Amino acid sequence: MSEKQEHVSVAQAARPKHPFAEPPAHWDYAPSLEDKSLARIEARYRLFIDGAWREGRKRFTTINPANEEVLAEVALAGPKDVDDAVAAARRALPKWAGMPGAARAKLLFAVARILQERSREFAVLETLDNGKPIREARDFDVVMAAQHFFYYAGWADKLDLALPAALGKPSPVGVCGQIIPWNFPLLMAAWKLAPALAVGCTCVLKPAETTPLTALRLCEVFEEAGLPKGVVNVLTGAGKTGEAIVRHPDIDKIAFTGSTEVGKAIQRALAGSGKKLTLELGGKAAHIVFEDAPLDEAVDGIVQGIWFNQGQVCCAGSRLFVQESIERRVLDLLDARMRTIRVGDPLDKNTDLGALNSAEQRDKVERYLRVAAEEGATRRAPAAKLPTKGYWCPPTLLEHVTPTMRVAREEIFGPVLAVLSFRTPEEAVQKANNSLYGLSAGVWTNKGSKVFDTIAKLRAGVVWANCYNRFDASSPFGGYKESGFGREGGLHGLLPYLRLPS
Amino acid sequence: MTDPKIHKTFKLYIDGAFPRSESGRVAPLHTQRARKGARANNARAKNGEVSSEVPIAQVARASRKDLRNAVQGARRAFASWSTSSAYLRGQILYRMAEMLDHRSSAFVDALVHFEGCSAAVAKREVEVSATRLLFYAGCCDKLTQLLGTVNPVAGPYFNFSMPEASGVIAALTPSRPSLLGLVSSLAPILVPGNTVVCVVPTQAAPIALDFAEVIATSDVPPGVVQILSGEREELVPHVATHRDLDGCLLCVEDAAIDADTRHRERQLVEAEAADHVKRVHVAEAVTSKDWLEGRAQGLGWILPFVEIKTAWHSMGR
Repeated sequence: MSEKQEHVSVAQAARPKHPFAEPPAHWDYAPSLEDKSLARIEARYRLFIDGAWREGRKRFTTINPANEEVLAEVALAGPKDVDDAVAAARRALPKWAGMPGAARAKLLFAVARILQERSREFAVLETLDNGKPIREARDFDVVMAAQHFFYYAGWADKLDLALPAALGKPSPVGVCGQIIPWNFPLLMAAWKLAPALAVGCTCVLKPAETTPLTALRLCEVFEEAGLPKGVVNVLTGAGKTGEAIVRHPDIDKIAFTGSTEVGKAIQRALAGSGKKLTLELGGKAAHIVFEDAPLDEAVDGIVQGIWFNQGQVCCAGSRLFVQESIERRVLDLLDARMRTIRVGDPLDKNTDLGALNSAEQRDKVERYLRVAAEEGATRRAPAAKLPTKGYWCPPTLLEHVTPTMRVAREEIFGPVLAVLSFRTPEEAVQKANNSLYGLSAGVWTNKGSKVFDTIAKLRAGVVWANCYNRFDASSPFGGYKESGFGREGGLHGLLPYLRLPS
Repeated sequence: MTDPKIHKTFKLYIDGAFPRSESGRVAPLHTQRARKGARANNARAKNGEVSSEVPIAQVARASRKDLRNAVQGARRAFASWSTSSAYLRGQILYRMAEMLDHRSSAFVDALVHFEGCSAAVAKREVEVSATRLLFYAGCCDKLTQLLGTVNPVAGPYFNFSMPEASGVIAALTPSRPSLLGLVSSLAPILVPGNTVVCVVPTQAAPIALDFAEVIATSDVPPGVVQILSGEREELVPHVATHRDLDGCLLCVEDAAIDADTRHRERQLVEAEAADHVKRVHVAEAVTSKDWLEGRAQGLGWILPFVEIKTAWHSMGR
């Protein structure tokens, strides 16, 4: 961490009276720890290919990023494993795609149900492997994952109703290679698998190297639900395994969620191959607060927007644009609110902000904080007592940021909020759209016509108005510009997995 | 003595104007009938006979700089075209159909003259082109209802998704059918509010640039459509690498180019697109029959350059 660690308060003397403005110096909460043993972690994990568990020739370890303890050894999938997984998916395809939609629906509904029944186990496992607060894993990740299977299960027998008849009868695209990131490991697996399976595709899924455990545990759910062998194959590994999947000649479609850099490499690698592709890449979302916004709610939205999941969210509201007339006030409210955020053991149900997912990610965030200091931004962060082991970053806010600074342009993927200001609605929209990304945006105002005007003008795939970071299986998600193409969730989330006759 | 024929120089269509190529380059265009009988002509030429393969027109040959100017014009026009009402866009596309239909005999003559096809074939191509414009004119104010949804999210939010334009799109249009290929490419791109830069092969240029005159007189705002004629091989790398193009429609040339070249072109366009995540749509194996029939028309041609925007609004008091 850099030298400006301690909290620097601005306008201390002029701080307004507000419920949050003068909290006690320290809120004491008795720890409320979730039971680690619920996760039932095994010492060693194997690959899931063609309905069977298989050892890898090599292995790697996955750790708990909150204390750096090794959780398990995991098989590293090599080229032969990729070949076998793709072959298994290919073999399983005709039967799975040919099965009546209602039968696929039954199996996927069962997956959703079993996930709900085992939600506590999944939540604890996710928290251990990822570092996110148990409250979020429990109330968000697992809940949403189950909802995705439930939502898409219902589409399996209604595909003919999903699209305008003029487009012709849709058919499944075939064998899908799906590569997912570490920020929402189980949920991303569900986002990818549920629509693909519902329409009749078979899948080869690669979870991220640092968070392989919930995807592997999900295979147990598939087995329990009775999914035919080969319909889902899970290969654990790092970039090389992903590359082997991307370049595999017998895969019909690649779906990738992750960094824009890797997404571009995948798009390039697929050039001329005829494979279908969807990319859900990075973002640098603008979060606009107009002077006529409901400020308490807006501040809560800003907190939700940037400190949810330690800011390791592609749609995080990482560029805050506050109208000049209320900038001081919003900063003071945020400052006060920020100091109530509890950073610490992710297994503690009181924890708001958990551990960053890896040393690499922690280093990246710290690198950006150094860049911010070099470029002249001022940093505010509460003097949180951080654990000595593990990868941590307190909730952080950068002031005196200009639009040309790297911290205002590049995705940090951490709990770091860049605060900027604007004078007119036109300027807000212009600054918000001045980005290579276009994944999401937020807008706060109590004036209805302004809400819709701003929504219409923002070039982003998801716009939250008077709310932020809301998700739902029925709501399409995906970006404009360099944030990728294709949608996940909702009716539109079916399209990337369907082939149309024309 | 008959009056000498006036040879037209076909100029580019950029930002509502008809400039020459900034490079000053032109390509001569020869009669197709002469080209068809090229072997016989060569034999006659050897025998000292005068070749019938005479240049009948000059076509501007666009450069990289022309492409950049065209993209700039398209970018400027995007803001207002993409936010204009769907009803207005529909009326403007309808006006294009009206203007084309009104000048249909001129287009038939031009197709016969420049491409050497029969009058019946030419007539059919012009008719289908006008009908296709009508189809897309009527699409503009249906698209949101066809592709939009209201989403039943599990929470106190009003949530809906709607289609929007991707931005500035390049269309690499086929050499044949020149009119129908161009119309089938650009009309669906315009429907959601994209602006377009069409790159047209030299052989298709007279018809395409005649059509630019239709566009210019149909209330289409300057910059919404640009048409560049030139050597496809020269322009494709510049289209592929241009960072202010949001998408590219690649109509694969079936007849005119060999399979290897076709594959290299596709690979180049798709690989360079990755540099800034450009949307690429490849229209492949579209036969002359396909162009005339349903396969070259429909929602499937609009979808590749549409973005779905989802908006959430909290509900409460």
